Amino acid sequence: MHFDYHTRYSEGTALFKRPADKLAYGLLLAALLVLPAVLSPFFLGELSYVFILCVASLGLMFLTGFTGQVSLGHAAFLAIGAYAHAWFLARGLPWPLSLPLAAMLTAVVGVLIGIPAIRVSGLYLAMVTLAFSIIVEQVIGLWSSVTGGFTGLAVEDPKLLGWSLSGPKAFYYTCLLVLVGVLLGLLNLLRSATGRALVGVRDSEAAAYALGIHVQGHKVAAFGVSAGVCGLAGGLLAHHLKYLTPDGFTLLLSLELVLMVVIGGLGSLRGAVLGAILISLLPTAISRIKPLLPDSISKQFGLEIFVFGLVLAIFVLFEPGGLNARWLKLRALLQSFPLYRRDTFKRQKRYMKSERYK
Amino acid sequence: MSQIEVFAQLTLNGIAVGAIYALVALGIVLIYKATEVLNFAHGDLLVVSAFSAWGLIAVAGLPFWLALLLVVLGVSALSYLLDAFVIRRIAGQPQFAGVMLTIALAFMMRGIVSMVAGPEARNYSTPFTGQHSTVAGIAIGHLQLVILGITLAVTVTFFLFFRHTRLGVAMQAASQNQLAAYLNGIRVKRVNSLVWALAGACAAVAGVLLAPITLVDLTLWFVTLKALAALMLGGFGSVPGAIVGGLLIGLIEQYAGVYLPDGSKDIAAYLVLIAVLVVKPTGLLGEAHGRRV
Repeated sequence: MHFDYHTRYSEGTALFKRPADKLAYGLLLAALLVLPAVLSPFFLGELSYVFILCVASLGLMFLTGFTGQVSLGHAAFLAIGAYAHAWFLARGLPWPLSLPLAAMLTAVVGVLIGIPAIRVSGLYLAMVTLAFSIIVEQVIGLWSSVTGGFTGLAVEDPKLLGWSLSGPKAFYYTCLLVLVGVLLGLLNLLRSATGRALVGVRDSEAAAYALGIHVQGHKVAAFGVSAGVCGLAGGLLAHHLKYLTPDGFTLLLSLELVLMVVIGGLGSLRGAVLGAILISLLPTAISRIKPLLPDSISKQFGLEIFVFGLVLAIFVLFEPGGLNARWLKLRALLQSFPLYRRDTFKRQKRYMKSERYK
Repeated sequence: MSQIEVFAQLTLNGIAVGAIYALVALGIVLIYKATEVLNFAHGDLLVVSAFSAWGLIAVAGLPFWLALLLVVLGVSALSYLLDAFVIRRIAGQPQFAGVMLTIALAFMMRGIVSMVAGPEARNYSTPFTGQHSTVAGIAIGHLQLVILGITLAVTVTFFLFFRHTRLGVAMQAASQNQLAAYLNGIRVKRVNSLVWALAGACAAVAGVLLAPITLVDLTLWFVTLKALAALMLGGFGSVPGAIVGGLLIGLIEQYAGVYLPDGSKDIAAYLVLIAVLVVKPTGLLGEAHGRRV
């Protein structure tokens, strides 16, 4: 098994842990860049959607995985980003200005919602975000002068300096660019002092406070960043959907985002991406295997949600570290192949620990 | 109708719906106190109960009370087994794992119900559907009276059960300190599963009573969210708080539907939830809990 033995301080904050990583990620990026040449427009559209969800999932992972604040209402931030972007475009703002503005507006809303996080945490915070998401969904439906209400709002095609970005290839590259940008931004933020402070807040608020970290400020800021990233994803999602209705941003989407970060593995950006890929491809996969099933099951409506539940339950019960932990184990197996010991990752028996203070 | 009559009618409707919220909240708080799992699948136990009641009453033609009894027994058994085989495995993991696992179970239950029964809404009749008496200009539905009566009966039964029976006291002990309870000879695992069964019974009663008011529909699970709002308002982890909070949320919703602008009925409960958590996170009757560092 590979352990990181650091001999310099700079190794602790290196962007790539090993030289091989540079090669691997470079190859991956190159493959993604040439993919449009071989794939059909349908698959490019699907991939763009996967990238958008990856961005949203990264946003939530930053909050839940690295700051320890659970949010069950991130679909609301996607919705705000999407509607703000569509509204700015309709007012004639150029596309490259409208998208960051929408993200910034979402970040401001995120900061406002993060303020209760100073007073409450854990389950209580999850409740606040859940309630917020439901309220946003209703407000979008009722505020029809801006959002088009339940009838919906058409989104103008993205344009950059007179070029249209609405074709599948151009949109694919746009989404890829945003995803890589967000990923690098978050990676760099996390290896900075701020990122370390956030992880400190996650692991022990009291200890972080004692070390001089401004706990409340960091918590609220994390909410803002996370909401901003999700607003960015929402802006892109608006182009993918082409027509916005409140039904597109229900509680189910929030729960899907939470599913992505949990199944991916909390506390790892790689996990966020893996989880988003799995969850966004699951419906397609289910519709592919449906013809193989007996009619009585495949014709029914609830199969999809059942499989979602099943996958989540299996991960929570048998692999709490998510896809990321699975990947690390696989890598350890390959690296130490003949010498791999089965007990390397054995989970210790755990007992009921109360989070109540008596 | 005069202003006062409208108000009285709203109050009555609010108490009837609030009683259901209180029942659901009661089930959630029982499980939370015993196992520290916040049961997001509780609303889906209601869905399962409502659809089974529909099957027994509208399809199999059983009388209402027999169907109620069967559904209560069946759903209690289901939630006992859920705890014994699934939930128990994550003991010791952070609270978040419990939330995720129950959400997963909720998805699976909703999926199965939808696959077996189909997603369309339906209804079944009770002996009280459509009957009402008029007292001083206010229509009192008999169904509402039955709901109130049953909620009251369930609450009183629980109170007596927890106060005066060996099993009830054992449940209290296990929820306060599992290790100490275990050392005193309480079979903690089984007791916890029994708490789940009790909560399941609560959900079954609530589901069978709520469905005739709304519809037998998959969206019944949303009542979980209303119940959570009720819990926060009453004070999380407090049994009397759950009841008071449930009744208050029911009333607030009814009043908001008439006295506040359009659309506020649907979000009133959630606005209250946010306001309570921001202003007074312990709720009305909650005990202050610090967090272990």
